[in-house]
Amino acid sequence: MIISEAKPLAELQEALAPFGKLFLVGCAACATACKAGGEEEVFRFQEWLTTLGKETCGSVVIDEACHIQRAARDLRHHAEAVAAADALVVLACGSGVQSISSNTDKRVVGALNSLFLGNVRRFGQYEEMCSLCGDCILNETAGICPVTNCAKGLLNGPCGGMKNGRCEIDENLDCAWKLIYERLQRQQRPGVFARRVPPKQWSRRRKPGRHKIR
Amino acid sequence: MSCLSESLAAGQFVVTAEVAPPKGIDLAPVLGVAAKLQGVTAVNVTDNQGANMRMCALVLAGELQRHGIETVLQMTCRDRNRVALQSDLLGAAALGIENLLLLSGDHSKFGDHPDARPVFDLDAVQLLDVAVSLNRGIDMAGKPLTGAPRFFPGAAVNPAAEPFNLVLQKVRKKVDSGARFFQTQAVFTLAELERLSTAVTPLGVPVLAGILLVRSAKMARFLNANIPGMQVPDEVIARLEHAADPLAEGVAIARETVGWARGLCQGVHLMTLGYEERIPEILEM
Repeated sequence: MIISEAKPLAELQEALAPFGKLFLVGCAACATACKAGGEEEVFRFQEWLTTLGKETCGSVVIDEACHIQRAARDLRHHAEAVAAADALVVLACGSGVQSISSNTDKRVVGALNSLFLGNVRRFGQYEEMCSLCGDCILNETAGICPVTNCAKGLLNGPCGGMKNGRCEIDENLDCAWKLIYERLQRQQRPGVFARRVPPKQWSRRRKPGRHKIR
Repeated sequence: MSCLSESLAAGQFVVTAEVAPPKGIDLAPVLGVAAKLQGVTAVNVTDNQGANMRMCALVLAGELQRHGIETVLQMTCRDRNRVALQSDLLGAAALGIENLLLLSGDHSKFGDHPDARPVFDLDAVQLLDVAVSLNRGIDMAGKPLTGAPRFFPGAAVNPAAEPFNLVLQKVRKKVDSGARFFQTQAVFTLAELERLSTAVTPLGVPVLAGILLVRSAKMARFLNANIPGMQVPDEVIARLEHAADPLAEGVAIARETVGWARGLCQGVHLMTLGYEERIPEILEM
């Protein structure tokens, strides 16, 4: 899921300075799971707005804020409150913020920073394992992504900075290539070491744009 | 044909050294240092080493070539994408540069611009493929070049890195991609050198053992803590610590290591970091 976290309050306070009446939008998917934009966080945000002397004229937690049509429908259901608001505050990832901003010309304030596509170990402990590069090599690398887990995204083995199987940029991290190598050995296959992997096709990273996938 | 490639082909024991471009625009001091190097076949020119921003290596290498000093241009994948890398390689060829040391590059995090976006569009294996392809007059897009370079591409290997069998996987890929020589990261023990020699000799690619002049125990500890891949062993640190003249002891350690390399490798790559005048002593038999 998309891991997000609240922006610093000082930054938000500044962003909200021009507005008196606000409509709050949360997201029932990722932002709820990482406790950044669910019912509870929307409620606490409203309480914080009260301490700033601002009025909350309505709120909604959308099932998936990234769903453009669903976001539009939910905003329509709250048309009156939305119309009364000076701005909408969105407690969702950057994708969610843009579902909202693409459905209204009202000012939209994003309240979170979107961090990465994360796997959940337990609440508050996430692991970034996929970079959405569009050119997946996992089948050759024993299910460990070097694009994401190698600090340099190398495709053909470890760099010269590997020290005792640890990563050059953080001695607490295992070198991704060491993990790949060891698992391939346990699987008794050469995998990615059987060939020289050619340069990545970054053109497959389809951004920006409208993508049709069938 | 570069002197480096001819000397290696002739089986001579080859010595390379290295200089860094200035942090600024005055080339005179480094040209002076390079002109005084003795007993050296070619001089490596580092590429924003340690991810610290300095003058473009290509410019210094070009100037050295113009002064009759053969260079090994180091090129990392950290700061340039495939377009810029190929473009710089063509520029290097135009300046008469043939020897290349193609590297991944230390992560940007270690340098003086830690917020820079690390590029790593290619890795060292892929960059070797590119150099070989350019030699055939074809770029990465398959387009023909007018005139082809005559690169003699080399690669790096860290003899101290563990797990070593994993390191060897990449060494083999580098050989398959056309690496014609290896220059190693700093080596300090005979065991490391023997292990490397045993593994790489069958591949038929000459190895120049990296010899770093460590001047004090303090410097050794700094290197271990701050330089990627650097592992000065405790025994070496202890020798420097207890020496009356640590610099002389560092020179002695380097000379011993060169001695091991004479028996196991095809040459040495000397990293003397400002103490180039000690090179003749380090090379004494």
